[in-house]
Amino acid sequence: MADVVQVVGTDDPVRPLFTAAGELKADARSGLGLDAAALRDLYQKMILIRRADQEALNLQRQGELGLWGQYLGQEAIHVGAVAALEANDWIFPSYREFGMAMCRGVDPAEMLTWFRGLSHGPWDPRKYAFAPLAVPVATQVPHAVGFAMGSRLRGSDDVVLGTFGDGATSKGDWHEAMNFAGVFKAPVILLCQNNHWAISVPLAKQTAGSIAERAPGYGFPGIRIDGNDVLGVFAAVRAAAERARRGDGPYLIEAMTYRMGAHTSSDDPTRYRLDSELQTWSAKDPIARYRSWLQGQGHLDDAAAAAIDRAAETMAEQMRSRLRAAVPAPAGEAIFDRVYERPPGPFIEEREEFEASLEGT
Amino acid sequence: MEPVTMAKAINLSLRDALAGDEQVLVFGEDVGTLGGVFRITDGLQKTFGVDRVFDTPLAESTIIGIAVGLALRGFRPVPEIQFDGFVYSAFDQIVSHVAKYRNRSGISMPITIRIPFGGHIGAVEHHSESPEAYFTHTAGLKVVAPATPGDAYALLRSAIADPDPVIFFEPKARYYMKEEINPSLEVPIGSARVAREGSGATVIAYGPTVSLALDAASAAEKENISLEVIDLRSLSPLDMPTILASLQKTHRAVVVHEAPVFGGFGGEIAARISDDGFDLLEAPVARVGGMDAPYPPSRYEKLYLPDVDRILEAVDVALAYG
Repeated sequence: MADVVQVVGTDDPVRPLFTAAGELKADARSGLGLDAAALRDLYQKMILIRRADQEALNLQRQGELGLWGQYLGQEAIHVGAVAALEANDWIFPSYREFGMAMCRGVDPAEMLTWFRGLSHGPWDPRKYAFAPLAVPVATQVPHAVGFAMGSRLRGSDDVVLGTFGDGATSKGDWHEAMNFAGVFKAPVILLCQNNHWAISVPLAKQTAGSIAERAPGYGFPGIRIDGNDVLGVFAAVRAAAERARRGDGPYLIEAMTYRMGAHTSSDDPTRYRLDSELQTWSAKDPIARYRSWLQGQGHLDDAAAAAIDRAAETMAEQMRSRLRAAVPAPAGEAIFDRVYERPPGPFIEEREEFEASLEGT
Repeated sequence: MEPVTMAKAINLSLRDALAGDEQVLVFGEDVGTLGGVFRITDGLQKTFGVDRVFDTPLAESTIIGIAVGLALRGFRPVPEIQFDGFVYSAFDQIVSHVAKYRNRSGISMPITIRIPFGGHIGAVEHHSESPEAYFTHTAGLKVVAPATPGDAYALLRSAIADPDPVIFFEPKARYYMKEEINPSLEVPIGSARVAREGSGATVIAYGPTVSLALDAASAAEKENISLEVIDLRSLSPLDMPTILASLQKTHRAVVVHEAPVFGGFGGEIAARISDDGFDLLEAPVARVGGMDAPYPPSRYEKLYLPDVDRILEAVDVALAYG
């Protein structure tokens, strides 16, 4: 047993920041080193990504998008996690992380071409250190761990954030990746956005145990925190990232939140969940909570809040007009261009035949 | 150079790739200290160190999953799947990500996945399969299967140097066949070779069935039947010009693989010949392969797998036309 105990990382700079209930302690909150402008920026980002989320849903309802998957209610995780990382720390998302992508600077109108059926990957992941969306659940977690292993081999001090939902923790790829992360001491933060629902299956039917408490079984620490507190998420990810940067390996953060919207615009949550649950979580809304805290601290007056709302409206207008103006690539390019770097002869012939068949149509 | 086994040729190829490009990484189950269950990676960890040649936990899906992450980080991963029958655990990562990552990101995946495949080794279940058609059916991958030590060396160099993902099938029953190899000889992906010239019918094979086809050709010669044997080497892309050039002479084709005939890669070859070479044919394209039943217990594998007699029977039927 001795060797098993040894591999479990005891160094845990995250846990002392939080109460046993996963709330950021008051002294940790005041000791984050964020000035008023930085604190307001977190608020602005949450407002912007929520407005983008609403706009995307509107666009879907108007027939401009084939599908939309809302992240309503999860903004504190999206904003807090990205703010806690360096710009060159790669993020490996699942498919609900458009808020995170926006925080990395990806143009929301460009991103939405994914949901408009124009592209499988509208942004250059290298430009934003933001990997493509991964739709098969949990499959991105091994990529995050592999990338982090590569960072370690390079002797680089960048770290990686792999994020996923509670449903992903049921899958083999998640367990395998957790295990690899521990064995190779990969500099990776594994961030579970536990939003309580995997389409229609509630957390209690997804897993019988605690997600966070699994981490020691893989040889590194984990913690469950309040995922609707942007500063709590920021503090946890930053401390876990610093730990990984020092070479102390992976960390699992289970951020508790709630999927306030449907799974996607094709889903009908009234078939499986109660309004009372929504009301409970509405009271914990990450933006309302943070606004009230900022106001209490004197960091956000009405004028500043109104200016942020106006900025969100402007962004939404641009998003609409730019999305509608998105020009589809020629079909040959969209279908064939990025399949191979060195396309084989028969593949080129098929493309040529296809493109010739389009001429004059 | 002394004749070397195919196992040694692949080892040398990996060694030269590791020496020639420091981005090349070799990893998988038991490939480090042990040198692989077939000793293909023997001595590589000793030469190149534990950072570049390493053992992984026993989890095929994430062996391939980390290859994707490492490729994004700029490495050229060469993961090993220990046996054909274990690649299914990694199927999602290969089909959903390795094959399609470039299409959604513009970032190439220079990953070579080595898989020993095929039967004839008297193994227990899951150790004798021929899963190539699952991968030839997947756009974004290239799929190759050498039949000789020289081709194994050269094709693996081409695969690792290729910017796109390659599934590299090694005919494990031929690991110990020996020949002299010339490391300076290049074999590009997508080029078949005529393994034996002939005029009566063309036997098309790859991987483990090439030497079987050659045996069939030697046997046929005694009956004054001249068989041409094509070693495809590359399944995807497929070298149709070499096949059609052969049919210009022989007008008859027999495809041989160990995988079950139904839904097997031979069906694609037959269909392509029918598309592009219908006028050349004097007989339907015949397919010889495994049966549409799971790979049998090893005592029965000789009856299940194609053999010289089954190839010659198919040739006889083809020759009886016209």
